Amino acid sequence: MNKEVNEKPLKKVCIICAKGTIEDVYATLVMANGAVMEGIEAKVFFTFFGLDAITKKQMKKIHTGAVGNPAMRMPGGLPFPSILGMLPGVEAGVSAMMKSQMAKLDIPPVDEFLEMITAGGGEIYACKLAMDMFKLTEDDLWEGCSGVLTIGDFYGKCGGENTQIIFT
Amino acid sequence: MAQKTIAGVTVQVDGEGYLENPAEWTKEIAQEIAAEIGITLTDKHFEVIDYLRKQHAAGAQLSIRKVGKSGIVDIKGLYELFPGGPLKFSTKIAGIPKPASCV
Repeated sequence: MNKEVNEKPLKKVCIICAKGTIEDVYATLVMANGAVMEGIEAKVFFTFFGLDAITKKQMKKIHTGAVGNPAMRMPGGLPFPSILGMLPGVEAGVSAMMKSQMAKLDIPPVDEFLEMITAGGGEIYACKLAMDMFKLTEDDLWEGCSGVLTIGDFYGKCGGENTQIIFT
Repeated sequence: MAQKTIAGVTVQVDGEGYLENPAEWTKEIAQEIAAEIGITLTDKHFEVIDYLRKQHAAGAQLSIRKVGKSGIVDIKGLYELFPGGPLKFSTKIAGIPKPASCV
């Protein structure tokens, strides 16, 4: 019997997003949406700076860091010196460019992406500790959030066979 | 390329059972593929299928977002019509290739 036949399909993914850059937030959203599209249950826990993705005030303004990222290159492939990223407006410009590239691939803005995930039955949670730390209340959160949880409560939702926890 | 007899017709399918040639598709084939998946097709399903086939014929890249904006069904509705695989099941039933899309 080959290995593929023996593998039991993935049933649930629990994704924890602790960072608020475009790449971290979108990696989380793509994985969560990809899961529900395949019939895999998805639960997402946003904590620390990741909370920006589900905070009404910030969710439309997420950026990618233009400093200290060796994989960042100019269009055309030349290296992108960190010192350029320090100039005012460069980070915003880089972020706008990334967002426009994603829009061309039919990747939606954060709020619409979250709606797609919850439309498929995915659940979005905010971390209580990080909410307290950033002095946020439930009113500050995107309306589609399923709730504010402690990490213990979130783990309580991560049970069952063939469940994976992913930290982005 | 493999051959499979669906609803009494022999068609070309890929390794996952997607029709290789959308022109070989019939409503009966759609019903049989849907039954295999466990879906009973309604008029609403056929509206979506018709949209998918037209988009595919026009060379469009399909995504659930696009279907959600088609005006035929929203994304939640699409999940209700094709539970567990809004894009992969709908395209399979529509007799078009499986979209290589992450969204």
